[in-house]
Amino acid sequence: MTGMGWFQIFLYFVAVLALTKPMGLYMARVFQQETTFLDFLLRPVERLIYRLCAVDERQEMHWKLYGRAMLLFSGVSMLLLYFIERLQRWLPWNPEKLANVAPDLAWNTAASFTTNTNWQSYVPETTMSYFTQMAGLAYHNFVSAAVGIALAIALVRGIAERETKTIGNFWVDITRCLLWILFPVCLIASFVFVSQGVVQNLKPYVTARLIEPHAVDSQDADGRQVHKVIAEQRIAQGPVASQEAIKMAGTNGGGFFNANSAHPYENPTPFSNFFQMLLIFLIPSGLTSTLGRMTGSPRHGWAVWTAMALLFLAGVFAAYAAESRGNPLLRGVDRQASEQQAGGNMEGKEVRIGIANSALFTTVTTDASCGAVNNMHDSLTPLGGLVPLVNIMLGEIVFGGVGSGLYGILVFVVLSVFIAGLMVGRTPEYLGKKIEAYDVKMAVLSILVSSLMILIFAAIGVVTKSGTAGITNPGPHGFSQILYAYTSAAGNNGSAFAGINANTLWYNASMGVVMLAGRFLAVIPILAIAGNLASKKTVPESLGTFPMTGPLFSVLLVSVILIVGALTFFPALSLGPILEHLRMVSGKVF
Amino acid sequence: MNKELQIAIRFTLVTTVIFGLAYPLVITGLSQWLFPHQANGSLIIHDGRIIGSQLIGQTFSSNRYFHARPSSAGDGYDAANSSGSNLAPTNRTLVERVQAEVARLRAENSNAPIPVDLVTASGSGLDPEISPAAAEFQVPRVAQARHISQELLRALVAKHTEARQFGIFGEPRVNVLELNLDLDPAFPAKN
Repeated sequence: MTGMGWFQIFLYFVAVLALTKPMGLYMARVFQQETTFLDFLLRPVERLIYRLCAVDERQEMHWKLYGRAMLLFSGVSMLLLYFIERLQRWLPWNPEKLANVAPDLAWNTAASFTTNTNWQSYVPETTMSYFTQMAGLAYHNFVSAAVGIALAIALVRGIAERETKTIGNFWVDITRCLLWILFPVCLIASFVFVSQGVVQNLKPYVTARLIEPHAVDSQDADGRQVHKVIAEQRIAQGPVASQEAIKMAGTNGGGFFNANSAHPYENPTPFSNFFQMLLIFLIPSGLTSTLGRMTGSPRHGWAVWTAMALLFLAGVFAAYAAESRGNPLLRGVDRQASEQQAGGNMEGKEVRIGIANSALFTTVTTDASCGAVNNMHDSLTPLGGLVPLVNIMLGEIVFGGVGSGLYGILVFVVLSVFIAGLMVGRTPEYLGKKIEAYDVKMAVLSILVSSLMILIFAAIGVVTKSGTAGITNPGPHGFSQILYAYTSAAGNNGSAFAGINANTLWYNASMGVVMLAGRFLAVIPILAIAGNLASKKTVPESLGTFPMTGPLFSVLLVSVILIVGALTFFPALSLGPILEHLRMVSGKVF
Repeated sequence: MNKELQIAIRFTLVTTVIFGLAYPLVITGLSQWLFPHQANGSLIIHDGRIIGSQLIGQTFSSNRYFHARPSSAGDGYDAANSSGSNLAPTNRTLVERVQAEVARLRAENSNAPIPVDLVTASGSGLDPEISPAAAEFQVPRVAQARHISQELLRALVAKHTEARQFGIFGEPRVNVLELNLDLDPAFPAKN
């Protein structure tokens, strides 16, 4: 670990902190229909959308109607994506003449992008046309993010409102989110990225004449040895910057290219890298402040933020330490960090990004449900790889995905309040609302969905032929590959131990199911909590009320998150990364 | 139910046009106008021919050039097929691959420690850069192949060593393709 490395991490942390309040207050204004400086431009567009779609913007929705609208919209837009993929051969902007996407892959990808997961079983530059990337994949980056944020806002309304049956209007929430929040952020971010060197064009792939042609021996499709001379380099192009912006700001994470944010055309400079990480946390961190504002308790918002920040710092420290130490099995190699080299574990990492920013990115992208990667997680050291795995298993509530991070941590808040209530022997209260059996049941249900999905499917994966066929790294790491895949799917993260060969019928089909369940089965109980809380009376605070602000609450919240996570996943983790670490330090190669 | 379904269908179509088509196309148009060099791939053109991109690495194998990092993209630096090795740290394939590289580099320069980035594959398989340590390691070999003094070569490497961006971000680095492009005019082959 180096001073400059820590300084960059510190700078990132300060930047996130500084943006939290302005972003949060702005988002509160947007969802409470207050005036903003962009109204003159966006209000006419908003009205036009409502007219074209026959939306009545004054209608207020019961949580069941809100949920139904959300499911219908997700279903319809998922179907459209499926057909765009299946028909891309005949659609415009396909200069590389890429074939139609196979049914199982199209299903997996449609589920993946609709659920904000962005798991990718395919190599984009040889699979997806520019049209599919723009109108199918990047489009879903926008709307799946907006859906997540709308759900979080609905829950916050449920907490803030009293004795009402409604929690807002789904169509209005996502429209305002798209226009006022995601669109301006992405517009600015796109140009920042292009200025740094991210490509943005619709041209065919470029062919370069190499300075020094060279010969390679490789195997052809039939396994025969072939000797060929490579004199040209084909360089993939595309409308990347516009997609990169929403990929990060919407915590989607699906790369335009296979190498994702490690690719120099997606993430060309250290500054673009810093900016990408900032975009990941911009909205999730801001939403804690929105929570504080809309519930009238800014200090509660900061207490939640503090709990998240503690978990974030722990993750960064662990990942940075592990990656700096590097891989002791590589003998005769200088791994010492200096001004001349980043040192550490450079397999799967880029020189311009180095160790500190790779470890930071890995932590950030899995704290949030982003899943973009600027280094290959499969090649992380065992403990370095443990960090993203744990982050996702905890529910991606460390700032978390856009919207999903906030509603995810609020579920843990309900659970913490309940446990605190048990300890002092009073009916638990949350910001003046009594938390009763129904709310706790729904909260636990929401947490159980993803845990069950991860453990059951990983277990099936390791005992079936179709599951183990995907393993590409032997030993405990092979188990980790499968565990990571289903963890990523259930948590709607999308990052991977990417060596796993997941473009098979089994993985495409099963992971599609896990992603949909991880998203939609988990949010319906949350909407139920929102609706139930909205209908309750508020009770005045008394001396016996457990405070929702301050360090005691933050520590309790962190403890509950860690206890639930550890009880659920420790056995699985000890079979994977922990075992691999112990074998690695004793010199074992698999 | 019917009403919401109808809204869902219309909403999908309307927003696809706005965010799936209008948004990327407007950004494309403006980028082509404001940043044409970057938007089209930061290509390097010599004598009217595209010879590569500043941002995309290439394979160099002769002693006369600086070498890039090992690559797992296709047959090596295949820029239409980006990929890391995705080998786990405990995977025998990785350990043996690195050992073979170490043995090769030892024969080439027995004095300096071997920088880790020179024997590990990058995440994209297209990393255009190496660390300053990895460039320094190769100086004796390239100087010998070109029959020039190491000092002259070091000066050229220093010229191509990029500091942290704005003095803060990332790591110091050397762009291999740009350095090699400068080698030929600076030190023409004598044989």
